[in-house]
Amino acid sequence: MAVEVLELAHGTEHLVLIGIQRRGVELAERIAKLIEEDEGVVVPRGALDITLYRDDLETVGPKPVIGPTHLPGELTDKHVVIVDDVLYTGRTVRAALDELADFGRPRRISLCVLIDRGGRELPIQADIVGKVVKTAPGDRVDVLVEELDGRDQVDLIRGAPSGVAA
Amino acid sequence: MQPLLLKGGRVIDPSRSFDQTADVLVQDGKIAAVGPTLGTPDGVEVRDVRGAIVAPGLVDLHVHLREPGNEDVETVASGARAAAAGGFTAVCAMPNTDPVTDNQAAVGFIVRQSLRAGWARVHPIGAISVGQQGGQLAELGEMVGAGAVAVSDDGRPVASSHLMRTALEYARTFDIPVADHCEEPTLASGGVMHEGLVAARLGLKGIPAAAEEIMVARDLLLAELTGGHVHLCHMSTRGSVELIRRAKERGVRVTAEVTPHHLTLTDRACEGYDTHAKMNPPLREDADVAALRSALQEGVIDCIASDHAPHAYDAKEAAFDDAPFGVVGLETAFGVAHTELVQGDVLTLPELVARMSTIPARAFHLPGGTLQPGAAADIVVLDLATSWTVDPARFHSKSRNSPFAGRRLCGRATLTLVGGKVVHDAGAATP
Amino acid sequence: MTAALDKDLVGLAPLSAEQIRLILDTAEPFKEVSERPIKKVPALRGKTIVNLFFEASTRTRISFEFAEKRLSADTVNVAASGSAVQKGETLVDTARNLEAMRIDMVVIRHPSSGAAEFLGRRIRSNVVNAGDGKHEHPTQALLDLLTLRDKFGRIEGLKVCLVGDVLHSRVARSDIWGLLKLGAQVAVCGPRTLLPRRIEELGVTVFEHVADAIQWADALNVLRLQLERMEAGFIPSVREYYRVFGVTAERLEKAPRPLTIMHPGPMNRGVEIDSRVADGPHSVILDQVTNGVAVRMAVLYLLAGGKPELADAAKRGGGPGGPPD
Repeated sequence: MAVEVLELAHGTEHLVLIGIQRRGVELAERIAKLIEEDEGVVVPRGALDITLYRDDLETVGPKPVIGPTHLPGELTDKHVVIVDDVLYTGRTVRAALDELADFGRPRRISLCVLIDRGGRELPIQADIVGKVVKTAPGDRVDVLVEELDGRDQVDLIRGAPSGVAA
Repeated sequence: MQPLLLKGGRVIDPSRSFDQTADVLVQDGKIAAVGPTLGTPDGVEVRDVRGAIVAPGLVDLHVHLREPGNEDVETVASGARAAAAGGFTAVCAMPNTDPVTDNQAAVGFIVRQSLRAGWARVHPIGAISVGQQGGQLAELGEMVGAGAVAVSDDGRPVASSHLMRTALEYARTFDIPVADHCEEPTLASGGVMHEGLVAARLGLKGIPAAAEEIMVARDLLLAELTGGHVHLCHMSTRGSVELIRRAKERGVRVTAEVTPHHLTLTDRACEGYDTHAKMNPPLREDADVAALRSALQEGVIDCIASDHAPHAYDAKEAAFDDAPFGVVGLETAFGVAHTELVQGDVLTLPELVARMSTIPARAFHLPGGTLQPGAAADIVVLDLATSWTVDPARFHSKSRNSPFAGRRLCGRATLTLVGGKVVHDAGAATP
Repeated sequence: MTAALDKDLVGLAPLSAEQIRLILDTAEPFKEVSERPIKKVPALRGKTIVNLFFEASTRTRISFEFAEKRLSADTVNVAASGSAVQKGETLVDTARNLEAMRIDMVVIRHPSSGAAEFLGRRIRSNVVNAGDGKHEHPTQALLDLLTLRDKFGRIEGLKVCLVGDVLHSRVARSDIWGLLKLGAQVAVCGPRTLLPRRIEELGVTVFEHVADAIQWADALNVLRLQLERMEAGFIPSVREYYRVFGVTAERLEKAPRPLTIMHPGPMNRGVEIDSRVADGPHSVILDQVTNGVAVRMAVLYLLAGGKPELADAAKRGGGPGGPPD
């Protein structure tokens, strides 16, 4: 995926990686490290918490803890690659796009996700996808990363109680 | 009037220390006879009151009937009706009406309204000072002539010690008590509840116990100085109890009353800014409640009075600071007192009847408080077996501001007679 | 979410330690929002909030208004002067009128203790107490807690003394509850005429002398002295008050360690606090103001959350990262 990111951005010159809280932040960090190892360039990276830009506060209630948002300086004229773990309805990405617009005007914004589980509710597609998984609305896709969960693993949990590792 | 025989009840007459199962015969508005198994004269109506208590009608020395001036909230008639429903056959109406009951014409008006209404007897209390302004002495003699049974500036404390002294001295000629609402105005100023821990927590201005006790002490000293009869209204603190105890030991002419709410509730009732617990004097602490109960038991405090203080239904719908003081009590007084004091082993039933009937009647030289043959037939029949829930919506009073709403009580009047006439009959449609 | 808030925030007395920590934790990210180029997030877009101020208060009202606007809420300010209140409308009528206008939240400042709770029980909208009489001023205490936590990294074990007119202070009551619940030790110091009777029974220490309080404390919260207290006879003169109870640089020099100085504002320089102290290196008075906006954003955001039953329904199917995508 790191290679795809470099291809997409035509190198590291204008590249900024923004992870979406929480697991997108870790994935962005890993991609940045891989690029650093291969190219010897430190890619600016940031974290975005989209909680305050959600359109469903009324129904889900306020999230008890809002993660930090920190961006690596000016975004104008950069190529921002948003990194997240799972792409589903597209509403998180919509919120992230709104939030990024309040911080500046990037030249281009791309989307990189580990899992695309389908089920979009908005016209949003990822530029880079790790794996496409077919799921039903009742299913759950849990991405675990070592930094937060102690192991790297993706679980697909079917609507029925019994879980199957994907 | 058809003669009436109350048959087979437990007859309690504290005026004669009488307590046994007996019949009571009422004829021509008077008590004709009391005794076991009386005969049944021709044309007599017999009421079977087996299992119930037959007692002299209750007497309340302290009510506010709001007429003239605030008839939306209560009238002499509605208050007297509520009194009858609560088992009271006589109540004493405080003069803080609008205009103030401070002259013979105003006193006569209350008497006439009471007679016209025909429920419980209403005895007017005249003002001590003109307009209750605390300055010029009102015409006590003329007011007594028109039917006043006592004088008081209740609702306002008598701030001037000179006025209090003068009233006590002058009232001796007419042999009436001077009733005082004991509150040192500069200490109580702006206070809305008892000064204690709850007030500290709620951020409400407190009224310290000392505000009452200073005036109790003053009034006792002035009663001693003048030989006048002072009646201390709605005592609320343990300190007041001690002052009265010592004064009575010295032989000071003092009588004192306590309300059902001060005997049963504390300042904790104000939590949540419950305006139905806002009253003056304020609800105090557990130790005060305990002292008031033993004072009543020992006779240091003479009697129970309701301080029935009606307010418009929406007046208490306000922030605590902005709500008026006072609660209604005529229709809950006996139930609360019986449940808390008799079932709570503070008083025996005859003692409670004495403190709600015989003793207050004597304190203000009122007829009633006795079942002595020949006396006016002011009688109450009490049901102590059935418990009931206080529902202010069903009060006969025009007002609903009770701190006891929803309480389960045991004991209520089922039949009230004034001068032999049935003025309340729980078993029948409203007479 | 056992720590979720109830419908209203009327005070800190009814809150649990978990609920208070939830508000403080939620306030952290909001600090950053105020540093953004566009200081606004859409979290409360479409919500209507009425700021109902029955007492003049520039700074609290402005702080709430910034918090509301930075959350994209629509706000209306109602001040006592010129409002129906001065024309004799009762609080209950005001409440019913607000309810009839279908607003989402009311921020209320009122001179009567208990007014916020009174309003909250009568309307379905969320009610935030912005100061009721001498009762509570919860958002002020929350910003005090946040400021102390920023400064010391913890609240537990801290020794905090409130200096001055505790009797008439709603800030003092809220501070006492908040600090005690989070495990701080609390003291008060001031003339006995301005301390509530039996305040010790709330679990606080009383110091008669400011010098003793300074020896004991890690932080002082210096309360504002209302000048009308002198007219009411609680203190003989402002001059004497400053000499006996003023927090001065000379007094602070004797402290065993530097004391953090807080003040809820607005300050009377030279009455309860020495200018050199207010402007000194250990003063966090302006940090309090900054934190005020963040704390109020957190409170409004948490109260605006949807109905619990809807939240439960929506949460079903959520992964460890929260609700699905």
